[in-house]
Amino acid sequence: MNHDTYPDDYIRAILRECRTIAMVGASANWNRPSYFAMKYLQEKGYRIIPVNPSAAGQEILGEKVYAALSEIPVKVDMVDCFRPAEAIPPIAAAAIAIGARVLWMQLGIRNDEAAAMAEAAGLKVVMNRCPKIEYGRLSGEIGWMGVNTRVISSKRLKKV
Amino acid sequence: MSAETPSDRYGFDTLAIHAGAAPDPTTGARSTPIYQTTSYVFENVDQAASLFNLQSFGNIYTRLTNPTTAVLEERVAALEGGTAALATASGHAAQLIAFHLLLSPGDEFIASNKLYGGSMTQFAHSFSKFGWIVRFVDPDDPENFRRALSPKTKAIFIESLANPGGVVSDIAAIAAIAHAADVPLIVDNTLASPYLCRPFDHGADLIVHSMTKFLGGHGNSVGGILVEGGRFDWAKVAGKYPTICEPTASYHGLRFYETFGTMAFAVAARAISLRDLGPALSPMNAFLILTGIETLSLRMDRHCANALTVARHLLSHDKVAWVNYAGLPDDRYHQLAARYLPRGAGAVFTFGVKGGFDAGVKLVEGVELFSHLANIGDTRSLIIHPASTTHRQLPPERREAAGAGPDVVRLSVGLESAPDLIADLDQALAGT
Repeated sequence: MNHDTYPDDYIRAILRECRTIAMVGASANWNRPSYFAMKYLQEKGYRIIPVNPSAAGQEILGEKVYAALSEIPVKVDMVDCFRPAEAIPPIAAAAIAIGARVLWMQLGIRNDEAAAMAEAAGLKVVMNRCPKIEYGRLSGEIGWMGVNTRVISSKRLKKV
Repeated sequence: MSAETPSDRYGFDTLAIHAGAAPDPTTGARSTPIYQTTSYVFENVDQAASLFNLQSFGNIYTRLTNPTTAVLEERVAALEGGTAALATASGHAAQLIAFHLLLSPGDEFIASNKLYGGSMTQFAHSFSKFGWIVRFVDPDDPENFRRALSPKTKAIFIESLANPGGVVSDIAAIAAIAHAADVPLIVDNTLASPYLCRPFDHGADLIVHSMTKFLGGHGNSVGGILVEGGRFDWAKVAGKYPTICEPTASYHGLRFYETFGTMAFAVAARAISLRDLGPALSPMNAFLILTGIETLSLRMDRHCANALTVARHLLSHDKVAWVNYAGLPDDRYHQLAARYLPRGAGAVFTFGVKGGFDAGVKLVEGVELFSHLANIGDTRSLIIHPASTTHRQLPPERREAAGAGPDVVRLSVGLESAPDLIADLDQALAGT
């Protein structure tokens, strides 16, 4: 996979297939980007499970926080990483171990070594993107903010 | 951070008609509706809170966002190859907003000294009231920008094709100097429009337009826009661009760059500068400009062809001393125009009428078909004598530097039949 640019269909397929997303580095602080993304994706029907050792046992937006991916009792489709690039390899290993199908690294975060490990295990990988922004872009919602969605359609109903 | 996927999938004309404008989801309306409303009903308190916190995408109040204006913003962002755009009430407002995000009192920026006279006045006089300091340099030697850099420099500002002098700037060379100093290059692309010049392809970081001119194209609506390129690293030098990178007090500590990445400048421009300074575009004007953009390439091709025809005629006219049009092969900017404006050198150019200031006044008062007014980029052909109008606030030496000396007459050649334009100029020149 070329990780500099992603075809819209690649991102679209991931956002359609995944329903349960483990968010590593999720914060209970409302003005952190992870909180923005969690709240938005919940509104779009995704279940977001926060993972953060320093907040384990607490709740964020109605979901229990786990200390590690391995402790999550339900099947996880995607692991979304709000962690610095150097912290990604062990998260990638854990994502593989729990059977996740997608490893996603947030805006500004890229670790090609971890990406190669995940892809070798059959996972799809996205780096330096935000699933909230990508959902908003592909649904056309983000165009309300003057953003160039790069999506053109003469169809009446929009969906991701 | 790298930029998003380039939108090479569609041609310019497809984007000019479709970008941002899907059918209206409620009614199926195919033309973009004019959402003539000030405000938008919330679904509930929680959704309202999400909107105010910037956690959801949606409309609150037309000073911030409007569905008609949003289509225009996405349209121009797509045509320029940018990540996002912010429409404003005028081109001047777009400049005010860009510098409001970049500068704090005591900060400096470097600007070409061959700019639209209104921009020079805005920068030199009104901006100084905010403590923003402009350093003007001659853009013909890009090294002049390097020499004017200081630790307080926060941006460089040029026009791709300058009004009124017909000056073409070496965008790539000036961008390289800006980036070596870790400051963004802002390009006013009003005279070229994205059809003739795409500054992001040459290294620009932000683009501003007066949409009043060629984007709208019909002389019926004032508007401006700011477009973000998405490639500038605002956080490279810690503390340099605090409004974009540091926690924002009016959003409870939100950091725009961290949260919005390659569109952080445009989001912050809206959420801070447009919110607090207030120069929002009206939805009606957005609709009219949007309709104009659908025919941008057709109009620009005709504008350029007519301008070249008229310029060639004036070049051989015995009452004309000189013609500055980068589309003419012997023009000093012809080589730069061939590189940056390969489809044509635009519709606006200047010429010198023999007889100086008085002859210039007689000429603009003698035309019948050309309209004597202070605008450019209309379907109609326009004429002005800058020394007695647009540039009269400048001292004489700065008028000369800006290409607005006493004998200078500026044309904005419209879309009429070229022989009629030539006949009108001939009869008016005969009376000088």
